[in-house]
Amino acid sequence: MTTQNQDNIIVFDKVNKWYGNSFHVLRDINLNVRRGERIVVCGPSGSGKSTLIRCINRLEEHQEGHLIVDGTELTDDVKAIDKIRKEVGMVFQQFNLFPHLTVLENLTLSPMYVGKMPKKEAEEKAMLQLKRVRIAEQAGKYPLQLSGGQQQRVAIARALCLTPKIMLFDEPTSALDPEMIKEVLDVMVEMANQGITMICVTHEMGFAKAVADRVIFMDQGQIVEQNTPHEFFNNPQTDRSKDFLSKILGH
Amino acid sequence: MSVAPRTPPTKRDWSWRSQAFRGLLYQIIAVVLIGGIAWWLAANTAENMRVRGIKSGFDFLTQPAGFDIGESLTKFDSNDPYWKAFLVGVSNTLRVAILGIILTTILGTLIGVGRFSRNGLVRGLCQAYVELFRNVPVLLQLLMWYLLFTEFLPDVTEAKRIGDIYLSKGGITFPKPIWESGHLFGVAGLLVGAIGAWFYRRWARSKFEATGQIRSMFWVPVAIVLAVGVLGWLAGGAPSQFAVPQKGEFAVEGGGALTPEFMAVLLGLVLYTAAFVAEVVRSGISSVARGQSEAAQALGLSKGQEMQQVLLPQALRVIIPPMTNQFLNLTKNSSLAVAIGYPDVVSISNTALNQTGRAVECIALIMLVYLTTSLLTSFFMNWYNAKSAIKER
Ligand SMILES: Nc1ncnc2c1ncn2[C@@H]1O[C@H](COP(=O)(O)OP(=O)(O)OP(=O)(O)O)[C@@H](O)[C@H]1O
Ligand SMILES: [Mg+2]
Repeated sequence: MTTQNQDNIIVFDKVNKWYGNSFHVLRDINLNVRRGERIVVCGPSGSGKSTLIRCINRLEEHQEGHLIVDGTELTDDVKAIDKIRKEVGMVFQQFNLFPHLTVLENLTLSPMYVGKMPKKEAEEKAMLQLKRVRIAEQAGKYPLQLSGGQQQRVAIARALCLTPKIMLFDEPTSALDPEMIKEVLDVMVEMANQGITMICVTHEMGFAKAVADRVIFMDQGQIVEQNTPHEFFNNPQTDRSKDFLSKILGH
Repeated sequence: MSVAPRTPPTKRDWSWRSQAFRGLLYQIIAVVLIGGIAWWLAANTAENMRVRGIKSGFDFLTQPAGFDIGESLTKFDSNDPYWKAFLVGVSNTLRVAILGIILTTILGTLIGVGRFSRNGLVRGLCQAYVELFRNVPVLLQLLMWYLLFTEFLPDVTEAKRIGDIYLSKGGITFPKPIWESGHLFGVAGLLVGAIGAWFYRRWARSKFEATGQIRSMFWVPVAIVLAVGVLGWLAGGAPSQFAVPQKGEFAVEGGGALTPEFMAVLLGLVLYTAAFVAEVVRSGISSVARGQSEAAQALGLSKGQEMQQVLLPQALRVIIPPMTNQFLNLTKNSSLAVAIGYPDVVSISNTALNQTGRAVECIALIMLVYLTTSLLTSFFMNWYNAKSAIKER
C-alpha cells in the first residue's frame, strides 16, 4: 500500500486498465484528490475520461495498481463496493432516470432500499433536494414528461439524495440544448460552493474557470497535464493540450 | 369579455380523393369479398354433402359415444353421449394448458433471469438449456418422454415401489387423502391464511415505508398460508385417511394416478415452451437501456433490487405481448398429444369423427374450442398489458 494522506479522499496509485486483452485504456494513472477539491477532466474523445471516473464507483474495474476511495481500497470485495457506492454520487450524460417511476420515486428509491430510510423522511429529503435544483413543482411527473435540462437536474438531485461525499459528472451538459446548459451549470456551481468533492468531465471552459481547483488533461489513457484552470487555459504546457485547446476554442 | 366555448369542427371532407372516403371504400370492398368467399364455400360444401348423401347436423352429440376414454377428471363410460366425451376432451386439454402455462412461466422466467447471473456456470447452463430444448421439434420431445416413461419403467405387474408410491408403465400411483368433512376446515384454513398473508404484506409494506426495514414479501406470506391451513386441518380433527394404492395381480389399484401420457404431454410442452419464454424474458430485460443498470448500480442498489425495482418493471411491457404468443403456442401444441394417445379434445373429436363421419361438425367444434381459449387468453393478457403499461407522457 501507498503512503496515503488523510486529506486525500481519492488516491489513484499506478492504476492500469485494459478493455479486453489488447486495448490499454488507462496507463499508469497517479492522481490524488483532496477532500473538497473540485476537478475538471478534459481531453479528446476516446482518451479514457469516462473510464477514469467510472473506476471510482466501480462501474469499471481496474486490473493493476491501487485505487483508494475515502480510505477504502476498491477490490472485488462486495462490501467495500457497497460502501463506496453509498458515498459516491454519479450524474450521466444521458441522465439515466428511471422512466417507470415518478420524479419523487426516482429520488426516494435508493434512500429507502439502500439507506433503509423511512418513506416519509426520504420524501422530505427528496423534496429538499428538488428545491435545491429548483424543480420541486415537478415531483409528481414522470421523467420523460420533462425537458432535458429538467431531467438532468432531477438526476443531480437523485445523486445528492444519498448525501454523497463525492460527486462524479460525466459530460452532464453535452446532451443538452444551449439554453438548458446554463440551468444545469448554475445548479452545479451552487453545489461546488458547498464544499462537496467534485470530479467533472466537461468541455465547458466557463464552468472550469469558475469553479475548478484543478484541470486534468488526458490523452490516450494518460494524464498528460494538470494545472489550475487559469494556467491550463492561458498557458498550456504540452503540444497535445495546445492542439486540443485550439480545437475546442476554435469553433 | 368571455369567449364562447369552441368545439372542433365535425364536418368531414367526403370528396373521392379524401382519406375518409378511400378508407370507407376499401372496407366495403373487403367485407363484400370475404362475405362472398364464405358464402361460396358454405354453399359448395352443403351441395357436395347433399349430392353424396352425407348426413349433417349436431344431432349425433346426444347419441351414446360407444368408446372408452383412458383418463378423465369425471367418470365416463362408453354409454355416455358424445357431448360428454367432448367435454372430457376439453377438460383434458385445459388441464394440460393451464398447468402448462403456470409451470412454463415459472421455469422460463427463472432461466431467462439466470442468463444475467454473475455466476458463469449458471449463465452457461441456462443458455445450454435454451439451445437444447428450442432446437428439437416438440413432437419429438413428446415422443421421447413418452418412450422414456413407457419403455424404461417396469410393467404394471412389477411396479417399482418407493414407499407407497408405485412407478410403472401405467404411470405414477400415489396415496390420495380420502375426502372427509374435516378437510373443509383445512380448506377454510388455507383461505383464512391467504387473507392473513394479504394483510401481512400490507403491514410489511407500510412498515417498510415507515421504518425502512425490509421484510420478506414472499416466504413469510407462504408460511402464513400453510400454517393456518394446517391449523384448520388440525381443528377439523386432522383427518388422515389415505387411499393407499395396492398392487393387485394385474394392476396397481386405488390412490391417485398420473398417466404416462399426461406426464409426457405436460413435461414435453413445459420444457419446450420454457426455452422460448426464457428467450422472451432475456430479450425483454436486455432491451432495457444499459444506462438504467448503471444508474441503479451507481445508486448502490444490489443486483436483486436492480432486477426487481428497475429492470423487470421496464422489461415487462416488452415481455407481455410475445409471452401471450407463447401461451397460445403451448395451448395449441397440446393438440400434438394425439400422437401419444392422450385423450385431449383433438384426439376425442378424431374418434368421434371416424365413428360418425360428421367431419365438418367435429372440426368446427375443435376450432371453436381453440378459438375460445385463445381469445380468452389474449383478452386476459391484453388487459394485463394495459394495466402494467407505464405512463411516460
Ligand atoms: N466497454 C468497452 N469495451 C471496449 N472498449 C471500450 C469500452 N468502453 C470504452 N471503450 C473504449 O475505450 C476508450 C476510452 O473510452 P472513454 O469512454 O473512457 O473515452 P472518453 O474520453 O470518455 O471519450 P468521450 O469524450 O467520447 O466520452 C475509447 O476508445 C472507447 O472506444
Ligand atoms: Mg466519455
